[in-house]
Amino acid sequence: MFDVVIIGAGPAGLSAAIACRESNLDVLVIDEFTQPGGRLLGQLHQEPTGEWWNGIKETQILLDKANALNTNIKCGISCHHIEKIDEGYIVHTNDGLLKTKKLLIASGAAETAVPIPGWTLPGVMSIGAAQVMTNVHRVEVGKKGIVVGVNVLSAAIARELQIAGIDLHSMALPVSNPVTKDHAHPGKVMDGLVRIAHLAPSAFLRFGSKFAQNAKVRELAVKFYPKGGVKMWGMPIHIRKAISQINGTDKVESVTMVDVTPEGKIIPGTEEIIKVDFVCIAGGLYPLSELASVVGCPFRYIEELGGHVPVHNEQMETPLDGLYVAGNITGIESAKVARAQGTVAGYAIAEQQDKVEKAKEEVKAIREAASIQFHPQIKAGRAKIHRAFQEYA
Amino acid sequence: MTTNRIMNHPVLGKLENRKTVTFTFDGQTFEGFEGDTIASALLANGIRQLRVHEETGAPRAIYCNIGHCFECRVTVNETDTVRACMTPIQNDLKVESGKMQPAPFNTSPENWPRTYAEYEERNKANKDGDSNV
Ligand SMILES: Cc1cc2nc3c(=O)[nH]c(=O)nc-3n(C[C@H](O)[C@H](O)[C@H](O)COP(=O)(O)OP(=O)(O)OC[C@H]3O[C@@H](n4cnc5c(N)ncnc54)[C@H](O)[C@@H]3O)c2cc1C
Ligand code: FES
Repeated sequence: MFDVVIIGAGPAGLSAAIACRESNLDVLVIDEFTQPGGRLLGQLHQEPTGEWWNGIKETQILLDKANALNTNIKCGISCHHIEKIDEGYIVHTNDGLLKTKKLLIASGAAETAVPIPGWTLPGVMSIGAAQVMTNVHRVEVGKKGIVVGVNVLSAAIARELQIAGIDLHSMALPVSNPVTKDHAHPGKVMDGLVRIAHLAPSAFLRFGSKFAQNAKVRELAVKFYPKGGVKMWGMPIHIRKAISQINGTDKVESVTMVDVTPEGKIIPGTEEIIKVDFVCIAGGLYPLSELASVVGCPFRYIEELGGHVPVHNEQMETPLDGLYVAGNITGIESAKVARAQGTVAGYAIAEQQDKVEKAKEEVKAIREAASIQFHPQIKAGRAKIHRAFQEYA
Repeated sequence: MTTNRIMNHPVLGKLENRKTVTFTFDGQTFEGFEGDTIASALLANGIRQLRVHEETGAPRAIYCNIGHCFECRVTVNETDTVRACMTPIQNDLKVESGKMQPAPFNTSPENWPRTYAEYEERNKANKDGDSNV
């Protein structure tokens, strides 16, 4: 019987483990990937200060701390079911059952699928898949590609592909269909685009900040969006062009690009064939929260947090006795926030109340200073879920 | 083997001193680096296609590369439905692509288990030992 089992060795799970080990709890961290680090491993971007955020290095810092405290981390272990028992939880894995008094689920986020015709062809992948291949495995995903879906994550990863020397034709929207919805709406995409303006070098920054404040001006920007796209790091970003079809027999050979109206409707007669050998689809992130649901934790749908999230309070407790959550399962934010949330959860599990309070302040400070923000109303979303917790107290 | 490798990266540095691992895919021998998954080692060798759709035979490859979509399922040492993107390569690993099946989805949804408890009940006989309890 463990004191605590932690599912997920991303920044949230690792920092929680460190906080628990400081109090000498008997901790086991499991992760289904081949190495610890979670989505942090693939991250690589330049902060507005010019400094690089190198996920591999950041992971190593966490692992060094965890190892210095003799933390038990097992990789290659998937959890597929959890049972609540009187003394705690039974975690079902591909390596057998684990019994634990307390349980932290830090399973992170998943990418929303954005299906467009041809998307099952080999060579089509999610933008996150390309990130992991490029930065973690150091394998080229192709020779020339295109990114379908314009948002914070896809812009950051497109830049990472460029840095690794991979040629991208451009970024464009997916064609509008009942599933692609907002991702295919130029106006909605524009709203998101202005929030990442600060990460781009000057040309785009000037462009973005010009339109950031005023919704009316933004509308005009969509209407008169340049035909050749707006260049970010030399690569055109199109919000008035969409990919209507991915073509190929056994693998990706080309895409069909069309012009779209400010509402995302195809303008007939504008089809253009672009030769590429890979396509990255980017539909944004949502909390990967099934495990919390399986064990019976109540949920709320909170758009600002990225979807359905388990009900929890500010110290990461759920209404279920001994069940905690931390990181992107509680809402989509950057790795720095996830890491800080893990520390809160770890101290809460170890019942170190004074440290919990300090760690909670730290989360807020990091959120304030975040250079990548996935949703502008994150704080409102956090307030909603914490209020929901009160209903169960 | 290094054709599709990013050997030099301006920020992450050079790929150096990687140990080579040998495995087979559909009977052909491939090399990858220690730390590769089946999916990354194959892509480094220029192989994208991991299986065909069980019913239509349409080619498939990785989609999410982080274990969520199961598009990369292959057979590893006779075990089927193994995720190529989550499985590390090892010397002598025998990997086979997913094949077309005669009638793969020939069950009616009315007969599917409705809950996990129901699924477990039906599969009691083939349950693994409770090694860690
Ligand atoms: C594809 C992708 C790319 C991203 N890129 C960026 C980026 O560039 N910049 C940025 O700021 N944020 C990015 N994010 C957001 C990212 O979620 C956070 O930055 C941060 O990594 C979240 O930390 P976490 O600890 O909550 O989860 P993660 O880092 O996702 O870690 C969760 C871990 O749990 C494991 N796990 C999940 N389910 C199970 C299970 N059932 N059994 C066993 N193990 C399991 C996973 O293997 C994973 O290692 C990305 C997210 C995704 C999905
Ligand atoms: S590619 Fe999605 S599970 Fe492997």
